[in-house]
Amino acid sequence: MANKKKLIINGIIAAVVYAAVMILLGQGLLSRQLMSIIVPICVYTMLAVSLCLVVGFLGELSLGHAGFMSVGAYAGALFLIHTQDVLPSIVSLIGGLLAGGCCAAIMGVIIGVPVLRLKGDYLAIVTLGFGEIIKSVINSMTITGGAKGLSKIPLLTTYRSFTVVFVLVLIVIIVVANLVNSRHGRAVMAVRDNYIAAEAVGIPVSRFKTMAFVIAAFLAGMAGVVYAGNIGILKPVQFDYNMSIEILVMVVLGGMGNIRGAIIAAVILTALPEVLRETADYRMLLYAIVLIVLMLFNNSGIKRRIMEKRNMNKSEKAKKEA
Amino acid sequence: MSLFSGILEQLINGLRTGSIYALIALGYTMVYGIAKMINFAHGDIIMVGAYSLYVTTVQLKLHPVIGILLTIAVCAILGITIEKVAYKPLRKAPPLSVLITAIGMSYLLQNLALLIFKATPIPFGSIIKVPSVKIGSINISGITIVTLIVTTISMVALTFFINKTKIGRAMRAVSEDRGAAELMGINVNRTITQTFAIGSALAAVAGILFISQYETLLPTLGALPGIKAFVAAVLGGIGSIPGAMLGGIILGIIESLSKAYISTQLADAIVFGVLVIVLLVKPSGLLGKKKTEKV
Repeated sequence: MANKKKLIINGIIAAVVYAAVMILLGQGLLSRQLMSIIVPICVYTMLAVSLCLVVGFLGELSLGHAGFMSVGAYAGALFLIHTQDVLPSIVSLIGGLLAGGCCAAIMGVIIGVPVLRLKGDYLAIVTLGFGEIIKSVINSMTITGGAKGLSKIPLLTTYRSFTVVFVLVLIVIIVVANLVNSRHGRAVMAVRDNYIAAEAVGIPVSRFKTMAFVIAAFLAGMAGVVYAGNIGILKPVQFDYNMSIEILVMVVLGGMGNIRGAIIAAVILTALPEVLRETADYRMLLYAIVLIVLMLFNNSGIKRRIMEKRNMNKSEKAKKEA
Repeated sequence: MSLFSGILEQLINGLRTGSIYALIALGYTMVYGIAKMINFAHGDIIMVGAYSLYVTTVQLKLHPVIGILLTIAVCAILGITIEKVAYKPLRKAPPLSVLITAIGMSYLLQNLALLIFKATPIPFGSIIKVPSVKIGSINISGITIVTLIVTTISMVALTFFINKTKIGRAMRAVSEDRGAAELMGINVNRTITQTFAIGSALAAVAGILFISQYETLLPTLGALPGIKAFVAAVLGGIGSIPGAMLGGIILGIIESLSKAYISTQLADAIVFGVLVIVLLVKPSGLLGKKKTEKV
């Protein structure tokens, strides 16, 4: 019953957001600057939700999310460029999204299978290194345009086709939310909480780890395609370490393992720098401080006391109602 | 003959880079052994070292020796501060929180340097002015000689320190079994602080040697050697001090040979390939101890 209620509320929120954006766009009430950040917000939402699956639910730290995104972006963009005259644009876009997602997922398998057999710290370093390798490989390839970048990508996912982008965001959210609430998702969380216990009850730990990792990579690849279709030009430097950190900050700020939080954080952190242009220099510094302070706060006595108080209030309420 | 001397020259180059990696890897491995965490900010301490050498010798025009001593002091204090502020409150926190904090620290240092010194690279001539030596047909640069001597001295001194002094014994005890060490009256917190100080001082030395070789200052200069040194530490077996030295030197030689004979662009990829293979074949590293996990 509670689930059904939640579902309806979430559906209403999604519909309201969609209607609001469409009305604002239709009436031309948005400035050029605000219109230009609609799609980036969606892209970062997709990225944050997909990384939330790895960091929040699997409990492993991936610092190469921008790498998966770049693989997807390049694969999808190449597909779009080469099929734009042959296929109708919507078919081409779907193909591009699938191509981008699949290429990123294949990279996820290549990286994940060997490394996910090990524990967290190694994964963080290897994914970080992987992000750098991807960047240098893309830089040295000719088909991707090297350092000059890949241009003339058909603009299929700009704010003019907001409906398509919004549907994609919903797909990503629904996939992750459903996965988390499924049998597989519970297995993934069991691995996070205590992998020895999970193994002991017969959960194939490395298979579930790889599964979550590859799905996240697939979704990041799709987000990359949307990104490519919005700005029309791709350069390897766009997908650097900073971008992976930015996505991580969104997940951490949203509360690890909280999809709604990740979405809200993604929206705020993408919109805020655009609104507050003059503080752009301090943005990255702020991200670093946010990471440290949140971690310290999460593990401090203050939070424990707040949580205890909240629990006490709840139990008192329950008593009164009874 | 020329092929032979070419290979020999690459080996010496590799030894030079590798010994710098080894110095950095020692910091990683010591901290890992004692605090059971990866100090992501370690690579950025190299960067701070390079910048503080620049500030002391070029901007404040101090004598290089004083500059070097100040740099080492600055880095050691920075290491202690980071440990006290960011890592100490998280002693009992889940590993993921500690890892994210460490990444945040690394990012903080990089962006502070970016704000203070801006993103444009600063040329910074080497403070090591030693003439090069020619042995047969091989030319060995002065920096190579200084690097090899300094790293050898540091490693011998560190080995002596760990094995013979009281603090070193405390460190080994804490990395063996923290609880038991505490029961024996060892101040665990102080030992961890000392480890951070020593690791950061070694990183400062590595930073000075590194910047003498590359001669360009960048806020991100510590990131890549930091990651490679971590690879070296894993290669040698994380937690093992001789392993870090061995791993660093092997990694340096692999890198220099693949740069010379395979491809410059793919050298980094090869280095990471080595890491993946090591993790697959022998996750505990070359000299690491295999640990079975207890419930």
